[in-house]
Amino acid sequence: MLPDLSAFGKTIDPAQALERVDVAVKKELADVALNTAKSNGATYADVRIGRYLNQFVVTRENKVLNVANTESYGIGIRVIANGCWGFAATNDVTKEGMAKTALKAVAVAKANAKIGGAPVQLAPQKGYGEVSWKTPLTKNAFEVPVKEKVDLLLNANGIAMAGGANFVNSVMFAVNEQKYFASTDGSYIDQDVHRLQPSFTVTKIDPSAGSFETRRSLSSPVGMGYEYLDALESEKVGGITPRYKQRYDMLEDIKYATKQAAEKIKAKSVEPGKYDLVLDPSHLWLTIHESVGHPTELDRVLGYEANFAGTSFLTLDKWKSGKFNFGSKAVNIVGDKTQVGSLGAVGYDDEGVKCKKWDIIKDGILVNYQAIRDQAHIIGLTESQGCCYSQSWQDVQFQRMPNVSLLPGKTPLSVDNMIKNVEKGVYIIGDGSFSIDQQRYNFQFGGQLFYEIKEGKIVGMLNDVAYQANTQEFWNSCAQVCDESDYRLGGAFSDGKGQPAQSSAVSHGSSTALFKGVNVINTKRKIG
Amino acid sequence: MAILTKEEARALLKKVLAYSKAEECEVSINGSEGGNIRYALNAVSTAGDVSTMGLAVTSVYGKKAGTATIDEFSDAALERVVRRSEELAQLAPPNPEYMPMLGQSEFKEEITFNPTTAAMTPDSRAELVAKSLEVTKKAGLSAAGFLENSTGFSAVMNSKGLFAYTKGTDVTFSVTTRNEAGTASGYAARGFTDVSKLDTFSATKIASTKCLSSSGAKAIEPGKYTVILEPVAATYMMENMFRFDARSAEEGRSFLSKKGGGTRLGEQLVDPKVTIYSDPFNADLPSSTWSGEGLPREKTMWIDKGVVKNLSYSRYWADKKGVKPLPGPGNIIMEGGDASIEDLIKSTERGILVSRLWYIRMVDPQSLLLTGLTRDGTFYIENGKIKFPVKNFRFNESPVIMLNNLEALGKQERSISVESYRSYLIPPMKIRDFTFSSLSDAV
Repeated sequence: MLPDLSAFGKTIDPAQALERVDVAVKKELADVALNTAKSNGATYADVRIGRYLNQFVVTRENKVLNVANTESYGIGIRVIANGCWGFAATNDVTKEGMAKTALKAVAVAKANAKIGGAPVQLAPQKGYGEVSWKTPLTKNAFEVPVKEKVDLLLNANGIAMAGGANFVNSVMFAVNEQKYFASTDGSYIDQDVHRLQPSFTVTKIDPSAGSFETRRSLSSPVGMGYEYLDALESEKVGGITPRYKQRYDMLEDIKYATKQAAEKIKAKSVEPGKYDLVLDPSHLWLTIHESVGHPTELDRVLGYEANFAGTSFLTLDKWKSGKFNFGSKAVNIVGDKTQVGSLGAVGYDDEGVKCKKWDIIKDGILVNYQAIRDQAHIIGLTESQGCCYSQSWQDVQFQRMPNVSLLPGKTPLSVDNMIKNVEKGVYIIGDGSFSIDQQRYNFQFGGQLFYEIKEGKIVGMLNDVAYQANTQEFWNSCAQVCDESDYRLGGAFSDGKGQPAQSSAVSHGSSTALFKGVNVINTKRKIG
Repeated sequence: MAILTKEEARALLKKVLAYSKAEECEVSINGSEGGNIRYALNAVSTAGDVSTMGLAVTSVYGKKAGTATIDEFSDAALERVVRRSEELAQLAPPNPEYMPMLGQSEFKEEITFNPTTAAMTPDSRAELVAKSLEVTKKAGLSAAGFLENSTGFSAVMNSKGLFAYTKGTDVTFSVTTRNEAGTASGYAARGFTDVSKLDTFSATKIASTKCLSSSGAKAIEPGKYTVILEPVAATYMMENMFRFDARSAEEGRSFLSKKGGGTRLGEQLVDPKVTIYSDPFNADLPSSTWSGEGLPREKTMWIDKGVVKNLSYSRYWADKKGVKPLPGPGNIIMEGGDASIEDLIKSTERGILVSRLWYIRMVDPQSLLLTGLTRDGTFYIENGKIKFPVKNFRFNESPVIMLNNLEALGKQERSISVESYRSYLIPPMKIRDFTFSSLSDAV
């Protein structure tokens, strides 16, 4: 995951966000682009008419710093001409704009075809005709009054300040992608995709020591409506600090965060060495993302990302062998773009392929990758896995990670029972610092909360913890995964990839898992 | 037409402002056009051409501000966007940190625009990429690269009389070359305002030489080593410390906060060989002459001979603290010496040459401890000579600690960050006791 990328558009009136562009109008515009491209030499064309809406409410302490609604509306046209891809985009959403942009896309393809290279080979895709899909939700975040969001954030901030925090920042971020896709295969797909991310950071300062600590929220970004913020007891996970499933209680979480930020300042600095790690899903999602999600992206495996994000240690020969031991037998990992409430869930991807679920790691063995239409033939597939995405109308779509999740253990196992069998360990909750090499071998992760485990019991908080491992060794050290009653989703709102860099949202599910004998380092340093 | 001239922008903004009935009003417009080519496995993978233009109006009543935007430019649409921003302002919660708009300032003409870069086409981009591929095809290597050019303008006018305009061009190029076995990799990156300075053939030659010499890398023990960071490696590492913000320092949550309260302004932070400043008129790295808050940008010293000379103050924070506002850096220039990378190698008894760093992330914002890895050409130096390529390392190091362990600086050059793609003028640097914490098998 690369740093947050901005894909924000222009600012608009909140009421405008509820307006819709008529599907018949979009179809008429799309046909202009498709016909222009075909009549000028394109053998394939697709057009995306996208309206991307964002809403931010940004606060700190008792102040509202910003309330903004942004809109980005335009068209992106992708074509194959002379065997090569071409792409062009504009915010001139008129028939003239469509035709002009289609011609530009064809010109780009023809200019690039002169350089040479193997012609693009697309997996066959039937046209679906006129279809639609919408994120299942009960409260559209864009219909919830801004005041309700401001009140929630300022209430949360108030709890932190009353609890002794020095600073608190909180943000409500809502996204709505209204995407219309049409292609020369005969698909006309209208989708309405919603995502939400409530978050905060509590900061505690110790001026005499010249030190500070933060504790970030344990919320997840979700593919849901504002109902995510309706706190529900049944969606809470107890334990040393509350964690949350499909509903989030921000006011409760910030109360704990305030106490924990102060506790972190005084916590014992970790003694480096080998520890058993008990990793909560609020933390493990990021390790899955970096060490399983990215190396199983087929474009990385093939070398298409070599200049930026890198390639992958999971080369085709390892997959072809059918016995590459990615992890222990407890490790079962799926790609899934259908999971309800997840960030990656859509009906169809950005090249008109219906979404699905498939095995990537089965009983510890690498069995598949993540592919799109122009890659499917390389791994012997007759159809795409539906992993194509673009962050906006003005960026070209390419292979992006679906939700990649660790399946829960099949034997009943609670977190408490898992911890009981740990002699010397660290229990990590929440995601922190992260870094991994360009082929996804060597990684280092931090976290939000670290608890020392001694002889089966949590004995106190630790600080300055990070763990380093090699991906294959780490997943082979996975001894246990808790059962499905502990299963939760975490995720990234802004996973960066590609050139120009694009942002995508993706979830990763898991239950708490135990990893044996992992190298823990101490990250404390002093500067003058 | 996505790029307006200064006079076209002034006329349009003046027309929009005339519709305003608010206490304060600011109108801004920006547009860009450009394109890119991405290639891999010695062939083009994706390419695009994008143009956009949009106008924003902010209306203010007291401390209540509302902004609305539009990308239509008829008189009716322009009046409508002004009215909508006024309605939004009336509904907005007051922002206690809102500062009244500024009147006119003198902004000097910037030197950020180059007509040759602005005239680039899909064909001229394809030609530059073809020159890069000529090198790798001949050397039997596989190239993956990215070329992007952009031309952008922005202008702002407000009801207090402020008007500012800027126009600029930028072209960036990066290429990774790998051998067929996947056991060696090399990299080069370039960024310019003027595309005629971009030589994709030579840059790809350098990447290819790095690749060919990094085959057969040996594993050596991680630990503390003297390192020579080439500019592209040093840039990415240093980028994380170019936040000279007074507010976070004074609030006690920055590496520039002082134990017991206050900031490190005026203190010796790093080695006296380190001098870092910003200057919008640097010919090799020009930047806009005004900031987003409407303040003029001048040459500003941030670190002078290792001492923190200035911290940036937003208008709100400056007002609260009773000091003059100072915009953050529009570009970053670090002074260097005369030594070439070869000279730095010659003077090294035992060390590591680092061509590129990768996946740098903050581990501890208090000490600026960063972690990341070496990539695309890491070599062992002994008795002033490169002896052999070595396997990549993970490091855990702070740029502040690193600049306290500075042995020597080479000649500065324009270099781009491999992650943000921002350009900087940074010298190669030789550092003692750089902390490598583990080995990586990645190539």
